[in-house]
Amino acid sequence: MTPKFRHSPPFLALLIFMFAMPSEAHAAKISELVEVDLGDQFVRFFSLQDAAIRHILLGCLFMGINFGLLGSFVVVRRMALVGDTLSHAVLPGVAVGFLFTMSKEPWAILLGATMAGLLGAATVSWIQRSTRLKQDAALGMVLASFFAVGICLIKMIERIPSVNRSGLDHFFYGQAAALGRADLWMMGGTAVLSTIIVVLLYRPLLATSFDQVFARSIGLPERMLFHLLMLLLALAIVVALQAVGALMVSAMLITPATTAFLLTKRMHVMLCLATGLAIAAGMLGAFLSFVGEGLVSHTLPTGPSMALCAGGFFLLAFLFSPHHGLVSRYRRHLSQTRQITVENTLKAIYRAMESDRFKEEGIAVRRLAGDARETFEETMKRLRLLVRDGLATFASARGEVIYLTPEGLQHASRVVRNHRLWELYLTNEADYDADHVHADAEKVEHILGEDQVMELERYLDYPEQDPHGKRIPSLRDTQRLPLRDLAVKEEEVEP
Amino acid sequence: MNHLIPPFDAYRVFVEPWTINLSQTLLMTSIALIVALSAALIGNYLVLRRMSMLGDAISHSALPGIVIAFLVSGSRDSFALTIGALVAGIVTTVLIEFIHRRSIVKVDAAIGIVFSMLFALGVLLIELAPHTDLDPDCVLFGQLEWLGVHASSDPMKALFASSQFQLLFGVFILTAALNLTFFKELLVSSFDPLLAGAQGFRPTLIHYSMMCMLSLVVVSAFEAVGAILVIAMLILPAATAYLLTNRLRTMITLSITHAVISTIGGIHLAVWLDCPASACMVIAGTFFFCIAWFIHTRPSRQVDDTQETESLTSSAESELAPQ
Repeated sequence: MTPKFRHSPPFLALLIFMFAMPSEAHAAKISELVEVDLGDQFVRFFSLQDAAIRHILLGCLFMGINFGLLGSFVVVRRMALVGDTLSHAVLPGVAVGFLFTMSKEPWAILLGATMAGLLGAATVSWIQRSTRLKQDAALGMVLASFFAVGICLIKMIERIPSVNRSGLDHFFYGQAAALGRADLWMMGGTAVLSTIIVVLLYRPLLATSFDQVFARSIGLPERMLFHLLMLLLALAIVVALQAVGALMVSAMLITPATTAFLLTKRMHVMLCLATGLAIAAGMLGAFLSFVGEGLVSHTLPTGPSMALCAGGFFLLAFLFSPHHGLVSRYRRHLSQTRQITVENTLKAIYRAMESDRFKEEGIAVRRLAGDARETFEETMKRLRLLVRDGLATFASARGEVIYLTPEGLQHASRVVRNHRLWELYLTNEADYDADHVHADAEKVEHILGEDQVMELERYLDYPEQDPHGKRIPSLRDTQRLPLRDLAVKEEEVEP
Repeated sequence: MNHLIPPFDAYRVFVEPWTINLSQTLLMTSIALIVALSAALIGNYLVLRRMSMLGDAISHSALPGIVIAFLVSGSRDSFALTIGALVAGIVTTVLIEFIHRRSIVKVDAAIGIVFSMLFALGVLLIELAPHTDLDPDCVLFGQLEWLGVHASSDPMKALFASSQFQLLFGVFILTAALNLTFFKELLVSSFDPLLAGAQGFRPTLIHYSMMCMLSLVVVSAFEAVGAILVIAMLILPAATAYLLTNRLRTMITLSITHAVISTIGGIHLAVWLDCPASACMVIAGTFFFCIAWFIHTRPSRQVDDTQETESLTSSAESELAPQ
């Protein structure tokens, strides 16, 4: 591919480079410096001998700070795709900046690109405010139309004779080839600037990001803060674009921030996490592409490998994040389902004992199976869960008979107590019919906490019987065990 | 500076394309028109469903699909590559839905992550695979002019024989046919998914079929207009029409009009500025959008936003009422 774009027209080369191979040239630079040997690559990377490696690691640090901080705000404001739009919309600014000085002045191009980015962001919010088009359409239109203008401008610039247009190609090209000192200064400068602004304006930014109405009501200049954020974002994107390319810009902006979003609920934690993740993904990606060159013995692009590292972190968080992770939630769901099965089985045993008026301690498994209308094996399977939890024991001497342990009995009375109190609450307070309350209580019994149950009991004035005339186990029943007591009480309740 | 914009020469811009370069202009215009029309048709629903950026996402994430199809089939046959890109487009849609339904990640972040990851994967695959003779510029940037170069003695015949044109034409016919056949379903599910569900349509099915269609349109439009500008072909006509009307039928008609005039205007602009035709079509389209925007924001037309949305919904219902 490399020879191919040498032959293609410069503007195409520039664009391909910008979008497809953000740092090929950079990688080429590194691999020229080293012999392609895996072990050697490791040593070289970690000993930081090469200036190029030191520069790219420093670049990752600054870019991580920029994108971690700004990306978090972008993600919580639900405008994640603004990064994608801005990184394309700066193109006409690059061309205009070039036209202004007719040479490759970094400051002019930086200024032009930032202005174009800011103009793009302003246009997006203007379209949203003045029409009924939504953000997605506005972003897409600004992206494509700015980009089209940029393409045409660059094409026109190429036709100007007397202009050293290699400068313009060089803007994306050469500076990506090796992060120079000037780039690092610019990246470092924007990183410091965004850190200062985010720290100083943390509360106003927080308020406007989460609750615009509230922010306006306490007199915050909401629109100004938005444009400040967009200015910082445009700056950060432009300096990163020079170094690594548009693809990586939008990936690195939102992926670490979204990963952090999955991991925490606090904004300041999210900012720190996103920054750390962005830095880590950048460095890991640089390392992998550097080492990978030793494996495939040709150059590897750095940008995509950084983006994919960030994507790997996101995947891990998506699966294993303690609160929101897919696997964690599935395991939580499984343990909840198991808990509910256990409690329902306990309740069934309690009911069976109750209908015997607690005279028998053991309950035949066949009888439980009959009550639940399931096969013997199914019931045994459920009962084995109880035995494993130490809530019941099988009495092998008398055949398939189950005994509740003291803990089992306590737990069973607790569940039954929850169930019946809730039924009573629904009939007495919520005006349910007595024959409609069972299904609801069936769900609620598993999630009522101890405090809630006591409050419920107090509220219902320490009732003895549920709507169906059954006795509600008291708090003491759930704490004490003797079966005989239950039997005695059952006698008292019966007329 | 004077060299920047070529002098405007009406004869060169308006007459020459239709006399001296007639065959080439006809070729370019017909391909551009077909792409613009299929994109505009499906774009209406994208804008209404607030999923405009999906077009951008699918056009980027098609890259790994194209690379894998190339590696598997070993040819640059445009049919195999289209299948690869189509699969990648559908995978993108499913992944986006999965991430945003199964976690607290919002849909915009899900779109951004999925397509940039897939695109990064595609670039890496190109680098890793030995001797991949794929040229990303033909995927990312259109070559409308290049298509015209093929004009031989009988350009129209060559055009109809080229597999790319057949593909584009097939996609256009399919888009138009589906649009006509399932107009009612698309209408209801775009404005009121709940009502659509209650009437026995299947919103999920409609959503996924639309995404398949979108992938097809985007992928087939690649070679002509490029992956980045195709989003403009999708959104600009629909967005312009959306500013001018409250009825879906009118909106579709307007968007088709917009697509046609911005295509033709863009081609003339390209002749004048000597720039890529796809970019000029987008610029022309943007110009017409700006006119619509100006008309829309005139003080006399300023209506309460919620009121407009309501009237749009009720018009959706009233269009349904007779049936």
